[in-house]
Amino acid sequence: MADTHSVIGTKNKKGQTFTDTWKMMNEAPRTPSFYTGSEVIKEALRRASCDVMIAYPITPQSEAAALIGELFAEGYIGDYFRGESEFAVMSQCAGAAFGGARVFTTTAGPGTMRAMENFPMWSGARLPIQMIVTCRGINSPLSIQPDTLEIAYLLNTGMLVWHAETAQDFFDWILMGYMVSEEPDVHLPLALCCDGFFVTHTKDVVNLTPADMCLPPYDPYRSPVPCMDMECPPVRMMRDPFVMKSNYISYATHASWQQEVWAAVERSRKHTIKWLNGLIETENGDAEVLIVASGTAVSQGREAIRLLEDEGIRCGLVKIKVLRPWPGEELREATKNAKHIIVPEFNVTGWLAKELKASLPRNERVHAGPHVCGGMTMPPEIIVSEIKTLLGMHTVSMASRG
Amino acid sequence: MSKERIKISEDLYDIMPSDYQDLVKSATYGKEDRGWKDIGNSKELIEQHSLCAGCPESMAFRYILASLPNPEDTVMVGSTGCTSLVFPMVAVHNIHSLFGNQNAIASGLKRALSVRFPGRTKDVVVLAGDGATVDIGLDMTLQAWFRQEKFTTICFDNELYANTGGQESGLMQKGFVAKMAPVGKLFDKVRLPEIARESGCHYVVQCTVSKPSLVEKVIKNAVMIAREIGPTYLQLYTPCILEIGKNSMEGLQEMRDSEKPTERFAYKEYISEPAKQLLAEMAAKAQEKKAAAKQLAAQGA
Repeated sequence: MADTHSVIGTKNKKGQTFTDTWKMMNEAPRTPSFYTGSEVIKEALRRASCDVMIAYPITPQSEAAALIGELFAEGYIGDYFRGESEFAVMSQCAGAAFGGARVFTTTAGPGTMRAMENFPMWSGARLPIQMIVTCRGINSPLSIQPDTLEIAYLLNTGMLVWHAETAQDFFDWILMGYMVSEEPDVHLPLALCCDGFFVTHTKDVVNLTPADMCLPPYDPYRSPVPCMDMECPPVRMMRDPFVMKSNYISYATHASWQQEVWAAVERSRKHTIKWLNGLIETENGDAEVLIVASGTAVSQGREAIRLLEDEGIRCGLVKIKVLRPWPGEELREATKNAKHIIVPEFNVTGWLAKELKASLPRNERVHAGPHVCGGMTMPPEIIVSEIKTLLGMHTVSMASRG
Repeated sequence: MSKERIKISEDLYDIMPSDYQDLVKSATYGKEDRGWKDIGNSKELIEQHSLCAGCPESMAFRYILASLPNPEDTVMVGSTGCTSLVFPMVAVHNIHSLFGNQNAIASGLKRALSVRFPGRTKDVVVLAGDGATVDIGLDMTLQAWFRQEKFTTICFDNELYANTGGQESGLMQKGFVAKMAPVGKLFDKVRLPEIARESGCHYVVQCTVSKPSLVEKVIKNAVMIAREIGPTYLQLYTPCILEIGKNSMEGLQEMRDSEKPTERFAYKEYISEPAKQLLAEMAAKAQEKKAAAKQLAAQGA
């Protein structure tokens, strides 16, 4: 049943060599290339040995989804089509994953919200689908601008949730993401998020792995639940479906399965640490003032640190790469000496600050903000200004500069 | 899947559940002419079910599972409702995920199986209630047909939401008084068979499940046409005896009454030209086989 022959070193129909992922990501030569984020998604998929990609247009992921269609036309993807809505697309992804395929899709903002019912189902069914979320506003009136509010809704779905800062993160994490998602003790979907436009529509230098190397194919028989392909014995699952029973066994079954999903999220921790070299990254970790952020707010934080250094103020940075599993222990350690923890965010509710307040001791140190939303940019100066105000220093407001 | 796959190791034989032992001994996986007549002298692919006593849906389930031409390589997709009480007891891989998304699941599934098993037959059959097919899932039902996805959609039409306690559905008759239709349903029964035809289905049948031989015929046609040509749709009347105020033993008569030529479940069929051709070829092949067998028998005699 399970393929006992290693395919490593053999070639696929496009002439790419199935390569050990660790070697491909960490040892193979890299070529610097100047690409948009959308093009980087395409290049990652070229190397991902993906069986099925299902697309639907919504800004700002439409370009990436269409570019992957080109890969399909070139023969790099097993099958590809445009679904009728995000709800349908995520169900089509589920169907393909139930059938044992490595599946990829992309969505954004209102699309993420429309598809939401699928996500706990994906985790409950243990489907290691990868979904790129190019975050955009979900508010009314209609907005297509960058805004990370939708990530807050993904945090309790049982999916793995990673938040990329740069196109380089994106390229590496798409490929590494499958390695974590498809581990038998994890086998969960991954929402790989980035800030729309800032990452998708800007060009950056990204170091690509060789185009003639690709991931080993997905082996659905390593799944902790049976693959629905009638290649293993179909057995009666239960005498009385639990959905209809109001009794202790039924409750206990549902409860233990939910606990198992979250235990699997936890078990992904060790694999994620190995591939991503930690769930967080720190710079100037011993500084009394720390910026803690995820996504492009990290980049803006870095600029703010440079500006503050010019004024003689020392400030550190914690980049959160992974939101689920939540790096609570790492963050407690990284912030133990900080007096002020500044949390800049591209959303109105400050969900990251809330997560931090819930897991750090002396959480009065956590300062939620600055916040921008609805597509507003976050100039590093407003982070600087927020920090200086917090330190009781005189600061010139942006507005007063005219 | 070959039947070898379900064989039990001798050492473990006695600890396997008896229904599994029965599957190995006398199920009809791989039997070429399997059909409703196997019921009673072979192990059915459905174990006990928890539907109401006398529910016509349970009859429909048994006939369908006995008639699938290729159960050893068939994956079924269900939806939320009474059918989801039965699927856990069915010895064919089946998927329940959400309410109404069954044709989307089946689209992804069929494509994945085609990518993974090129050159092999893997049939996909959707079986869901009328709420799932026509109301909440209509978009995905139709879109799968527009895209010419190669699987069969079966709708168990009981003209209401049975599992939630008898609420109005799109396939309910106009004027019927039900929960959420307190003054009677105000619009006509949705004409999904006609819509299916216009949406690109190659084989559409509306009937009741009063005759097992008929169910066998339409299931076989629908699956074979879906495998070779494109989407097929069966709308089967499986009345909810509980919600229409009938007794356990009255389901069959209700179906017989409703399938009379002037009634709403009179047999209705549409077959596209390519599907007609396929059916003719299949019939010719069957004829040939029969003749050859006859000849062989004559020679033997």
